[in-house]
Amino acid sequence: MLMFSFIIRLKKITEGMKIQLFGISKDIVGQRELALPNDPSLQTVMDLKKWILHQYPRMGNLSSIGIAVDLEYAEDDQPIGQAKEIALIPPVSGG
Amino acid sequence: MIHIKLVDNIVLDEAYSYLQDPEAGGMDLFIGSVRNHALGKDVVKLEFEAYEPMAISEMKKLAQQAIEKWPLKKVLIIHALGEKQVGEPVVVIGTSSAHRQDAFESCRFLIDELKMTVPIWKKEYFTDQTVWVNAHP
Repeated sequence: MLMFSFIIRLKKITEGMKIQLFGISKDIVGQRELALPNDPSLQTVMDLKKWILHQYPRMGNLSSIGIAVDLEYAEDDQPIGQAKEIALIPPVSGG
Repeated sequence: MIHIKLVDNIVLDEAYSYLQDPEAGGMDLFIGSVRNHALGKDVVKLEFEAYEPMAISEMKKLAQQAIEKWPLKKVLIIHALGEKQVGEPVVVIGTSSAHRQDAFESCRFLIDELKMTVPIWKKEYFTDQTVWVNAHP
């Protein structure tokens, strides 16, 4: 039972998860959302950033890339497994 | 005492009405508007988009910080989204306090912080190209 729930949890990490895109990141990807692959190596915010940079090298030209998990700026070592909502935050420019 | 909104069009009278308080002797209102030039070129219009629920949440945090730091009666942050033409208001920050010094300082704090942390993005439309502001170093 324990083993079973562990597997479920691992699988859940990225399955069906979509990253919301805004501003220039939306233009680079060409859509409003980015579906994550079912890849158990995507555990933390840093893993996610590396994956995005690998998929879309132009993101590397931006001044910064932030990740928001459940509407809060997230640290690189933060796990993303339990996230309900993830967004990529390119450099902000409100005001 | 906190009023936070994302809107299509800013109505300045609303800001003034909200900030009024019988105990406030000073009201500060910062209005950011569309400037007709950037990078030495003519700007035709601006377009704003936001990660709306997070933008609201971040603006609330800033208002809360301001209230903890200064003795304020009212705090107001309104940001416009969508296309804005030259001269139109795009953001309004308002604070009211017993004395003007606190209203001035907190108002400046709020607009400076908003520009750094709130997930809102601005695209400048020049005659020959469009640019997401701050995107590149």
